Amino acid sequence: MTNEYRLSSGGQINRSESISFKFNGKTLYGYKGDTLASALLANGIHLVGRSFKYHRPRGIFTSGVEEPNALVQIIKDKGKTDPNLRATQIEIYEGLNATSQNSWPSVNFDLGSINNLFSPIIPAGFYYKTFMWPASLWENVYEYFIRKAAGLGKSPTKKDPDIYDHCYYHCEVLIVGAGPAGLIAAKTALNSGKKVLLVDERPNFGGNLNFSNKDYNKINELAPLEWIKKTCLELQKNKNIKILSRTSVAAYHNYNYLIMMQNLTDHLPDKDKKEKIRQRLWKVRAKKVILATGSIERPMIFDCNDRPGIMLSSAVRKYANTYGVKCGDNISIFTNNDDAYETAITLHNKGVKVKSVIDIREKSDGALPKKCNELGIKIHWKSAVIYTEGYKKINKIHIMSLSKDNTNVVGNKLKIDCDLLCVSGGYTPAVHLFTQSGGKLDYNEKKHYFFPKKNTLNQISVGSCNGTFGLKNIISEAQEKTREFLNISEAEQFNILEPERGVFENIWLIPSNKISGKTKSFVDYQNDSTVNDIKLALREGFKSIEHVKRYTTTGMATDQGKIANMHALGIISEITNTKLGELGTTTFRPPYSPITFGALVGRNVGQFFDITRKTPMHDWHEKNNAKFEDVGQWKRAWYYTLGNENMYDAVQRESKAARTKAGILDASTLGKIDIQGSDASEFLNRVYTNAWSKLAIGKCRYGLMLNEDGMVYDDGVTTRLNENHYIMTTTTGGAATVMSKLEDFLQTEWPELKVYLTSVTDHFATVSVCGPHSKKILEKVTQNIDYSDSNFPHMSFKNGLIDKIKCRVMRISFTGELSYEINVQANYGQSVWEKCMAAGKEYGITPYGTEAMHLLRAEKGFIIVGQETDGTVTPVDLQMDWIVSKKKYDFIGKRSLYRSDTMREDRKQYVGLLTNDPKEILEEGAQIVAEVKNKPPMNMIGHVTSSYYSPNLNKSIALAVVKNGKKLKGKKLYVPMPNKTIEVIVSDTIFLDKEGKRLNA
Amino acid sequence: MFIIKCPYCGERDHSEFNYGGEAHLVRPKQPTELSDDQWAEYLFMKKNIKGLQYERWNHSHGCRRWFNAARDTSNDKIHSVYKIGEKPNK
Repeated sequence: MTNEYRLSSGGQINRSESISFKFNGKTLYGYKGDTLASALLANGIHLVGRSFKYHRPRGIFTSGVEEPNALVQIIKDKGKTDPNLRATQIEIYEGLNATSQNSWPSVNFDLGSINNLFSPIIPAGFYYKTFMWPASLWENVYEYFIRKAAGLGKSPTKKDPDIYDHCYYHCEVLIVGAGPAGLIAAKTALNSGKKVLLVDERPNFGGNLNFSNKDYNKINELAPLEWIKKTCLELQKNKNIKILSRTSVAAYHNYNYLIMMQNLTDHLPDKDKKEKIRQRLWKVRAKKVILATGSIERPMIFDCNDRPGIMLSSAVRKYANTYGVKCGDNISIFTNNDDAYETAITLHNKGVKVKSVIDIREKSDGALPKKCNELGIKIHWKSAVIYTEGYKKINKIHIMSLSKDNTNVVGNKLKIDCDLLCVSGGYTPAVHLFTQSGGKLDYNEKKHYFFPKKNTLNQISVGSCNGTFGLKNIISEAQEKTREFLNISEAEQFNILEPERGVFENIWLIPSNKISGKTKSFVDYQNDSTVNDIKLALREGFKSIEHVKRYTTTGMATDQGKIANMHALGIISEITNTKLGELGTTTFRPPYSPITFGALVGRNVGQFFDITRKTPMHDWHEKNNAKFEDVGQWKRAWYYTLGNENMYDAVQRESKAARTKAGILDASTLGKIDIQGSDASEFLNRVYTNAWSKLAIGKCRYGLMLNEDGMVYDDGVTTRLNENHYIMTTTTGGAATVMSKLEDFLQTEWPELKVYLTSVTDHFATVSVCGPHSKKILEKVTQNIDYSDSNFPHMSFKNGLIDKIKCRVMRISFTGELSYEINVQANYGQSVWEKCMAAGKEYGITPYGTEAMHLLRAEKGFIIVGQETDGTVTPVDLQMDWIVSKKKYDFIGKRSLYRSDTMREDRKQYVGLLTNDPKEILEEGAQIVAEVKNKPPMNMIGHVTSSYYSPNLNKSIALAVVKNGKKLKGKKLYVPMPNKTIEVIVSDTIFLDKEGKRLNA
Repeated sequence: MFIIKCPYCGERDHSEFNYGGEAHLVRPKQPTELSDDQWAEYLFMKKNIKGLQYERWNHSHGCRRWFNAARDTSNDKIHSVYKIGEKPNK
């Protein structure tokens, strides 16, 4: 294998375990422990992607979660792929196959890069300004091309075969981040005996200390890596701590509720991934939270600061120390602080040529710059990089001296050859989680960063995420604050060696020798927004940073501006002459780093997506070719097919049989509420529109329930089983909400009523048998009931027996036919159903589904709540005045029926519609007009709510709500459809058996 | 995302609860005697303030009891919970 950029020794990789992987189709090699980024760099590959808008070549810029450029697509099986993953976080494994994104035909030769030439005419807001009209082109032309041009990765086309998991976890102390601050906090917290959870997004702990130079940094005489290993071992031995690596906290919500995603198998070879859980979403509730999320290094903003081969200084140090990779052979460093000198020394000691350091400061008294001087590395003080050359890889930098006040560049331009430019603009505390939790930030004018000021939850921030820098400061703060936070008296002494550091100096935008507008200084690498875009937005009048952000899309890419959002703020602050503290930041929103849909949804996929409720007779329906309809969570038999029947034929046959022979329907899903107590009658009086006090024991009554706004809410038949005992039925979909509403009124408005409610929907199976032969069938099925009309009239109930099983039989009808409902304990449902089928065989009993039920009731003009009503329909609108008691002093919704609006005469009212052509079936939902125009808009006066072809009337029938409908009976109206207009006549809502004779047939 | 202390069951995750709007609105005993405006005031005009708000909550996936909570809507901090019919602790 050739890893020409692999250093001969060093790093935490396992050099005895070579791993092959593919990148853009080419087979390459790396070592166990490499990330895709470090392995690519070891192979000398910097160019990994093209930028979003201009398709400029982009290279690996960082070594972690903040990576803006190196987004790759991982190709798995056919149709299975993971887009937009950061190469800096992908641990390589045998079989890894990754490709670049947003380039065509290839990352090396990308046709889209022509956009770069047009960049002067694609400024911020380009799409808003350009694709304004005609609107008709949006859907098929503009949107298609914009989406094609602005793509990131490609979505998978097949179902995700991986397994994801959710886990709830409770702990006393959660520590986020296992850098030096997090490790010290954990070590200290364990002294309290509390249950601790420590998480870090990286596979290895120690944070940036992990790759610190061991000659300059020591804890208790130990080199950084040795101390980290020793500390981790100590922690692992403690039974009170749980440690999770590769676990990224995505969200920090109120009441210390945190969401985090743990990667379990992504780093394993394909063969070891099988049947294992890929990712686990942790939902953690912590009593106390210690944030030790560290800080993110800043770049520098200058002309052409985005070329491949320009990288963060700390990242280059990490690649050298952790992975044994040199990112270049001839290196320059551009910095405003001492930290970058540690990179210079590290590289120098590893035999890599560091040609020059360009430092914007006049001088530094730190130990590291001094050492660089001794090593003969040329330092250009008070200078800046103003331009870079090299298309697919940097090859030259231009530097000039800075004026005294840093606002200009002066003197001669110096060109320096290099193949790598390390940049370091200081560090920004990672306050994302802190602000997500509701914490407020403050701005430090001297140190140029936002830091946590006031937290609202039981939490602390320690280390560099709190704006504390330097190993000694970080460790002492982490220990002190944790001790105070958890009331711990023990204190450990730490002996820290670290280099003395000079003062950091900040320039948000490096001055240029070019005129403004001629530079390409990128602020957001991933979304390709430049300093010029920000300036343009400000010129065009955008003032709020939230507006500038959206107009320029700065900070809106998948990295959420982790790299350079601070610079955007800094530049806005300078241009508008506003203090940064007053300007504030844009909102930090979850997730901190992208998480997969798979992890979010966990196991709740396929049949587990939602609860499925099945009736006790479900198996029978299934065996008898039922097609099912979803009603809420219920599966209801929709229709049953015989032979080659389609739905229409089946429904016609079922509907005819129910009126001519006998029909049987599974009505078990109707909501059932058992109501008991001495005030039960009074309670029903208050919740239904009609009167209940005089309902005799053993009788049933239909009731309509309103909302307090007077609109129809639910309906159903309630039966008085005994003096103080009723059973209420509700609609299938309304069962739960009706129950809640009744409980609400009982507990809050009428606590004086002695009424007890029990939901018994699932306790009973309900078999409804209707049709002229229904009585004969029931007589065969039940043993001890006298079905004579005098003993068992319509709207009454009897207790009976089916063999030894108790049953309640109600003579009630939703079809208009003679009809009985048998209620039995749920587990007997199927056997009673089968008994009815057997008993009805000689009479041609026919099972019918919900569709035929809807048709049959439409023939009778019975409403379905939710079909004829939509929350804007009163009983008066439904022409059901007869059910609204005038005598009762009050019931829910009564007062609203007398509001000026509900009393309007021209409200939409319930009517029937008949088409001229009896074969023409209207479409449900179709709009109704009184006057037809050549084209829309037309004045719509109502809509069709139900429409069927009635096999019993041999014509089509429809129900509708129409403005002023009561007065339009016999009038002609129109239903305009895309290809024709259908004439309709307004009719009565009852199409069949107006006298109700069939109920006693 | 918050934790609510049901006065009957104790602290539970908010996913066990349902929100029930403004508390201490008493349904008029004689609605028919109210003008349209007075009725509309009761029916539709609910407060939605930034700051301390008195609300109804239902422990719907628990004891199913209704109770009241004083919640600061600006930070979701619940200052007190109390039973229906009781007054909030000031």
